[in-house]
Amino acid sequence: MAWTRDEMAARAARELKDGFYVNLGIGIPTLVANHIPVGMQVTLQSENGMLGIGPFPYDDEVDPDLINAGKQTISELSTSSYFSSADSFAMIRGGHIDLTILGAMEIAANGDIANWTVPGKMVKGMGGAMDLVAGVKRVVVVMEHVSKQGDPKILGRCTLPLTGAGVVDLVITDLGVLAVDREREVLTLLELAPGTSVEEVCDRTGARIVLAEVG
Amino acid sequence: MTEKIFATPGAALEGLLFDGMTIMSGGFGLSGNPESLIPEIRQAGVSGLTVISNNAGADGFGLWMLLESRQIRKMISSYVGENKLFEQQYLSGELELELNPQGTLAERIRAGGAGIPAFYTKTGVGTVVAEGKPVETFDGEAYVRETWLRADLSIVKAWRADPAGNLVFRKTARNFNPNMATAGKVTVAEVEEIVPAGTLDPDGIHTPGIYVDRVVRSTINEKRIEKRTTRAREGAAV
Repeated sequence: MAWTRDEMAARAARELKDGFYVNLGIGIPTLVANHIPVGMQVTLQSENGMLGIGPFPYDDEVDPDLINAGKQTISELSTSSYFSSADSFAMIRGGHIDLTILGAMEIAANGDIANWTVPGKMVKGMGGAMDLVAGVKRVVVVMEHVSKQGDPKILGRCTLPLTGAGVVDLVITDLGVLAVDREREVLTLLELAPGTSVEEVCDRTGARIVLAEVG
Repeated sequence: MTEKIFATPGAALEGLLFDGMTIMSGGFGLSGNPESLIPEIRQAGVSGLTVISNNAGADGFGLWMLLESRQIRKMISSYVGENKLFEQQYLSGELELELNPQGTLAERIRAGGAGIPAFYTKTGVGTVVAEGKPVETFDGEAYVRETWLRADLSIVKAWRADPAGNLVFRKTARNFNPNMATAGKVTVAEVEEIVPAGTLDPDGIHTPGIYVDRVVRSTINEKRIEKRTTRAREGAAV
């Protein structure tokens, strides 16, 4: 069985380290917050201007002035802080955020990522995604291994307009975990989801894969 | 001191609106929008507007009202999803759209307010955003040049103001508002509460009054919630 969305989020949570400041994208990445190990201090940043995102509020504590970047109502912690959009992106672009976990439509072996537009369909906009991939120290992508049509989403080169060039460090899919060596343009298969095989991953990937040396 | 407090949102915009002008409007999604001032712009009927705002409102809310009345010619935004009317006008060619990465948008506004005509950023290098813009290398990395944004008028939403125009925002309703307050030739702030001088802690002012020309009490505080997400109380009966 390949990993479920929640299992992918749990795997992504293993990229967290104590003391990290982290920005989570919309979709599966948001689920990562449910898997932060007990006792580990991780501070979540929301690009609309908050550091220290708390859990969803109780029904009678919902506050329209308190939302995350996905426009969901949230709560604050005893250590939260608020700031303007310019300050928020100074944090992001200034390299102060340790890790971002994002979804993607395509990634490539050279570390390129495309996740903001499909030409010919409606342009929604990139929001903060271009800033995050350019400015955050480590970029982890969590996505389905292939598209709904079964086409590879991990490619030699992206076909969609880029969000960032040469920025992705690691990709976690329903089939496994791959490290991106941007210099050599090689993907290294680090882990396999249960019930999948190296052959299956290679078949469903549009780029060259090497196997991690088992030490 | 010049009187900054105006009686009504309409009075606060008196003499400031004209066809073809550029307006910055604060807010992120439906939070922190100048909900009372936008309908006054609609009422005034000015057209051919360029509007700088992170998003473009939602059905019946915020800047959507100025889209519906066909007063906006161009939007400069970072995300315009979940807005059918925007999509229709954009696809039919009625509406021009300049998409900016959100951080680039915020920094362009900050730069506009700080008198900095251009700056370099890594954001967008190697993407369509950098097309036609100068790219320069600093310490071995490529950065693209972006220019400032300024407006004829900035409309912002704050929580509290004092007679000097000092502003305090509330939680994530702050977002683009303080940055936009600095980048308008004229800035009008609508606030939930106007307090007497001496009430606000000078150490806790988010936007100093020098940036704010006019203040008016909000008449509309719908504060629509886009995605209401909650958790159950532990041990609560289901």
